[in-house]
Amino acid sequence: MHRRKKPEPKAQLMQGNEACAEGALIAGCRFFAGYPITPASEIAEHLSYRLPQVDGTFIQMEDEIASMGAVIGGSLAGVKSMTATSGPGFSLMQENLGFACMAEVPCVVVNVMRGGPSTGLPTNPSQGDVMQARWGTHGDHPIIVLSPSSVMECFTLTVKAFNYSEKYRTPVIFLMDEVVAHMREKVVLPEPNEVTVIDRVKPSVPPEWYLPYEDTSFGVPPMGIFGEGYRYHVTGLVHDIRGFPTLRQDEIEPFLLRLFRKISIHFADIQLVESFHTEDADLVIVAYGCTFRSAHRAMVEARARGLKVGLLKLITIWPFPRRVVEPLTRAKKTLLVPEMNMGQISREVKRVNQGMTTVLTVNKIDGTMITPQEILEKIEEEKK
Amino acid sequence: MIEDRPLIYKYLRHDKKFPHVWCGGCGIGILLGSLIRAIDHLGYTKDEVVLVSGIGCSGRLPVYVDFNTLHTTHGRALTFATGVKLAKPELKVIIIMGDGDATAIGGNHFIHAARRNLDLTAIIVNNNIYGMTGGQYSPTTPYGQRATTAVYGSVEHSFNIAQLAVCAGAVFAARGTVYHVRQLDGLIEKALLKNGFSVVEVISQCHTHYGRLNKLGNQIDMMKQQRDSAVPVEKARKMSPEEMEGKFEIGILVDREAPNYLEQYNKVRQKAKNALSLQLTKEEKEESERREALDKQ
Repeated sequence: MHRRKKPEPKAQLMQGNEACAEGALIAGCRFFAGYPITPASEIAEHLSYRLPQVDGTFIQMEDEIASMGAVIGGSLAGVKSMTATSGPGFSLMQENLGFACMAEVPCVVVNVMRGGPSTGLPTNPSQGDVMQARWGTHGDHPIIVLSPSSVMECFTLTVKAFNYSEKYRTPVIFLMDEVVAHMREKVVLPEPNEVTVIDRVKPSVPPEWYLPYEDTSFGVPPMGIFGEGYRYHVTGLVHDIRGFPTLRQDEIEPFLLRLFRKISIHFADIQLVESFHTEDADLVIVAYGCTFRSAHRAMVEARARGLKVGLLKLITIWPFPRRVVEPLTRAKKTLLVPEMNMGQISREVKRVNQGMTTVLTVNKIDGTMITPQEILEKIEEEKK
Repeated sequence: MIEDRPLIYKYLRHDKKFPHVWCGGCGIGILLGSLIRAIDHLGYTKDEVVLVSGIGCSGRLPVYVDFNTLHTTHGRALTFATGVKLAKPELKVIIIMGDGDATAIGGNHFIHAARRNLDLTAIIVNNNIYGMTGGQYSPTTPYGQRATTAVYGSVEHSFNIAQLAVCAGAVFAARGTVYHVRQLDGLIEKALLKNGFSVVEVISQCHTHYGRLNKLGNQIDMMKQQRDSAVPVEKARKMSPEEMEGKFEIGILVDREAPNYLEQYNKVRQKAKNALSLQLTKEEKEESERREALDKQ
């Protein structure tokens, strides 16, 4: 009897940028506007090839300012949209990124971090844009920032980024780094039906009852789509619940507070982390992005030498997962934060710590990755 | 204008807090009237029109009218409009910009939108000054004229917006004034009907700043100046540069045909799909061969 073998899931060698682009497609992204920049160009190249196959649209705009504008326009017209860039382009996008925060337009912005400031190190990795991702655009605003550390995560977290952006009507920044973006690893991509995809909630009331910026218990108002009968005003000015510009104190503050609240009441859903041996550890490494990979190796080596070392991987960087870091500081575990900048996340860890324990850092800004040895040396120095 | 009141009322947002932000005598209101008449005459529904604006006095226009309205960041209206149109080609996307908005901070977006030739209609209100911020000189402030940042007279030369659109590749470019309002209605209608990137430059007055700083009189005096310095395009062609000094042409500067971006992109989609189906057939074939080989074992 012939027994047909079930076809094996296709393993493939894939680059982080390509995985990100494929993740976007499976999440339902059908519009991409971008401008070439190293080390993010592969995302645009891959999507320019793939989007027209699925009736999507790819456009190369005249600059990153225009790219971000087109992405917001696409999203307002009801299509999941994204752009991808690196440091200098990300600086240009900040203006319209603020617009997306203010008008609550879902979109995903990929920033593949390279060395800075300015033109910096186009082909070398860095993690120097962590604070820019949080505070890059002017004014108080909440934002969600995710950071992948492997090619598979470039895929899965891009889907998550779209889901968060649609669920909470907010731009989500996907903070990759040059290592993760250009690295090739073996991945097995899931079938489309195995992936959870969330779409924005649209209004169900009659158009004349629709209040586009109404407060809801969930904190996120349903989103009307241009051309679907819910005519409303979208503006970057502070607006009332009908979307019209306002200068009234009793409308300004409730609106801005809701922007924060819609994220803060959902911290448990948004703040993603992974813990490795943190329970019995007396030293915990806090790492994210490509640095996580070195930190993991360092932890394994340290454990082999009998040192009680744990590891906390931050997947969501902003809003900073305080509720996970705080118990570690309370338990008086020494924290070690390796990162490829002069201390942007370690600053947050120190803020959470408030003198309860010691926070050590390993900082490197020479355009190369932090090696496991460098982390290990710091651990051994501390354990002496 | 009495007969127009019911028409305008049909399109106003009555739940919006009025009065509007414009000074009495501003030309933007006249333009809004023209735009409404054109839209109404062409029979577009409120749901299919998207009105996009930038920042400045003209940027406040969409909020008063009952369409899908989008008030964007300074100079970026065309980029947002590009996204809307590409995502939903069935929408009629109209962009309202000021002279500073379109040709200073948004100058790059303007020339590239014209070059790309997406089916958009850009209406640029040119009042020769930055009105909302208090009268600073703009890229269209004529040489020697005063502004709050050019108190000794501007030493820069000004842009000719409609000509800029022609050179950048717009398929339709026209100039009108708020004085020649019936002509303006027609120009906007033609621009809306045009398949491709169309531009209408609307010469307007800012008596509050430009007129006051340059002693040009009140709004009525300024509109009379529009009447006196506007020359129809056909007549202007026969005039020498010396005769045209201090005057400007009104009418249609260019009306030509060129492939529209979306039509071109649909061809790209078709090519991509053909390539994909070829690739899939190849993969299927390989898969069935692989299975046959397995069965034989």
